[in-house]
Amino acid sequence: MIKLIVFLPLLGFLYCAFVGSYFHDRVSQLVTTFLLTISTFLSWIIFLQYLEGANTTIIHILNWITSGSFSADWSLRVDALTATMMVVVTTVSACVHLYSVGYMNEDKSINRFMGYLSLFTFFMLMLVSSNNLLQMFFGWEGVGLSSYLLIGFWHHKDSANKAAIKAFILNRVGDFGFVLGIVGVFFIFGSINFDIIFTDAINYQNHAFNFLGLSLSTIDTLCFLLFIGAMGKSAQLGLHTWLPDAMEGPTPVSALIHAATMVTAGIFMVARMSPLFQYAEFTNLFIIFIGASTAIFAASIALTQNDIKRVIAYSTCSQLGYMFFAAGLGAYNAAIFHLMTHGFFKALLFLSAGSVIQAMKHEQDMRKMGGLFIKIPFTGTMMWIGSLAIIGFPFFSGYYSKESILENAYFSTSGMAQYAYVVGVFTALLTAFYSWRLLLMTFHGKPRATEETFNQVHESPKVMTISLAILAIGTIFSGSILADFFIGPKQEVFWNHAVVLIHTAQHNIPFVQTLTIKSTVAAGILLAAMLYFYKKGLTKSLSRNFQLLYSISYNKWYVDELYNSIFVQPFFYIASIFWKKGDIYIIDEYGPNGISKLINYFSKRLSLFQSGYLYHYAFVMLGGLVIILTWFVYY
Amino acid sequence: MTSITIDHFLFLGAILFTIGVLGIFLNKKNVIIILMSVELILLAVNINFIAFSSFLGDISGQIFAMFTLTVAAAEAAIGLAILVVFFRNLGSIEVEKIRKLKG
Repeated sequence: MIKLIVFLPLLGFLYCAFVGSYFHDRVSQLVTTFLLTISTFLSWIIFLQYLEGANTTIIHILNWITSGSFSADWSLRVDALTATMMVVVTTVSACVHLYSVGYMNEDKSINRFMGYLSLFTFFMLMLVSSNNLLQMFFGWEGVGLSSYLLIGFWHHKDSANKAAIKAFILNRVGDFGFVLGIVGVFFIFGSINFDIIFTDAINYQNHAFNFLGLSLSTIDTLCFLLFIGAMGKSAQLGLHTWLPDAMEGPTPVSALIHAATMVTAGIFMVARMSPLFQYAEFTNLFIIFIGASTAIFAASIALTQNDIKRVIAYSTCSQLGYMFFAAGLGAYNAAIFHLMTHGFFKALLFLSAGSVIQAMKHEQDMRKMGGLFIKIPFTGTMMWIGSLAIIGFPFFSGYYSKESILENAYFSTSGMAQYAYVVGVFTALLTAFYSWRLLLMTFHGKPRATEETFNQVHESPKVMTISLAILAIGTIFSGSILADFFIGPKQEVFWNHAVVLIHTAQHNIPFVQTLTIKSTVAAGILLAAMLYFYKKGLTKSLSRNFQLLYSISYNKWYVDELYNSIFVQPFFYIASIFWKKGDIYIIDEYGPNGISKLINYFSKRLSLFQSGYLYHYAFVMLGGLVIILTWFVYY
Repeated sequence: MTSITIDHFLFLGAILFTIGVLGIFLNKKNVIIILMSVELILLAVNINFIAFSSFLGDISGQIFAMFTLTVAAAEAAIGLAILVVFFRNLGSIEVEKIRKLKG
């Protein structure tokens, strides 16, 4: 059954790759969506088993590599963590598949698109169900590959190609750390098998090694390297620039990348390696710092973006920051819980945004929207639900997970945790602000679109609204139903050693603090309402008065420009030296071009023999004949 | 009075052959002359065949000569046919102007 979950999406991809193009696109849509739906149902069945605390199952499939003491197998490891991830991945992916049937209806290469979606899902499932680091790396690279293919899906657009390459390269930077981490783990533990690493981790708690005269903690270093990989994949501060650019892909892809696959891989990896990470004191502080900083950094950018998808993209970045600092605090269960709820509401937000974009005839600029709620009430409602969840409105899913993360930060004693708590609360305000800004600018107020466009706005087809509805159910209920298992009294039973649980004791956060959290959120909403609903003139005067702050936020803290001048431009310069001088001037000139010129020269000379007169040829023939005959006669 | 020996025949054959070859090489004007020269070369070979056949008392050489004559007739017919088509296409049979093989 577990094998089916993982390999059905692969089957869907294989169908699209080898058979799909011979049949109608409708068949590809049907096959891939159907297979994924089965996969989803099966993973929910598995998940329900794990809710009652089933044991870890390991299914061996094949031997992959055996070399000396190194061995890696293809095997599937399922425990509570994997089951959770499987549910999130397959559910969101199935909704995205279904949604794409409607959304990509007018596209020319539907078959290719559906195939890529399934491939993406397969790699992600491979990643979450791996039993060793190498197989995880296989899935890790696989999602990198499929994200490249999907972001650059509209390959006739120059910007899409650039965004795809950017995503790929930035991920390679992170992967470099990840690979070093894997090698290091093998070097220290002599195995990359999870079970062996986890049981052995405690022995290396105080292990240290010397490097350049510094004594470094082994586990700290390993975890640091692994975390670099997670930073790349989960778009944390420094390696985040690919994520907003990934918006160049079709909207269902954005939903898939942001909600279920790809970016969650980093969090998953940290949670999976939690038996190792729990001993990495310095790295944990680093993770908290990066996570908290990313949360507020991305949220501050989201405040001023005008592209509807970009706002949501930066909010993903920000929410991932929350998850990471929770993981850094040791609250792996809270991180995974937020990952799950986030998967639902972010997919909902993205797909609703896609529905808006389609209704507006591919207009993504929020300044040209407004007042759409009357025209597309269903999509509007979905967007409201998603936004309520993301700001942590009570009883929506985001409320439980975000609250639990902040609680963990509050009760942690280290200074870094205090930083994370303050930042987390403030980010909650920013989150509320930009979410409501998005809602108000898109759905309420006066329509700013041209009358013609506005009149043509219509609700999306049934397939799209159905998948939105499914996700909305997940968004509303997943928090309240599952909170007991993930972070509540039943957590010990549910997790069953899948991740390390540190804060098992039940705390009750002081009432003042919950009030603070809720009032900041309310303040954010009020602020947005004030600026974008009641007093619209105020935004202009604000942006004028705080020109510097506004432009920093609007230009995304100039990170892209910075990277461009530090890395990209010098690299182009060096590359052009190698290209013009090294390749064209030396290698080509003396290599292929030189030889071909030489041959050309000599063959010009030789061709002068070809006079074209018949009797010349006959004469040469005769001469040759005479010589050969003479040879035969005398020798 | 010296009798006619095999040498005389061979000498005649050699002369005919040389004339034929030179006819091919030195001719700059007419393709028909090339064809005629080829016939001459064949005749030279025929004379050699017959001379040896009579000298050695072996009839097979003369049979070969008959074959050669037949083949030569066929070859002349085909060669002339090609020539006619060639003239129709290019409007000239001057050897100097036929240099399409030039590289």
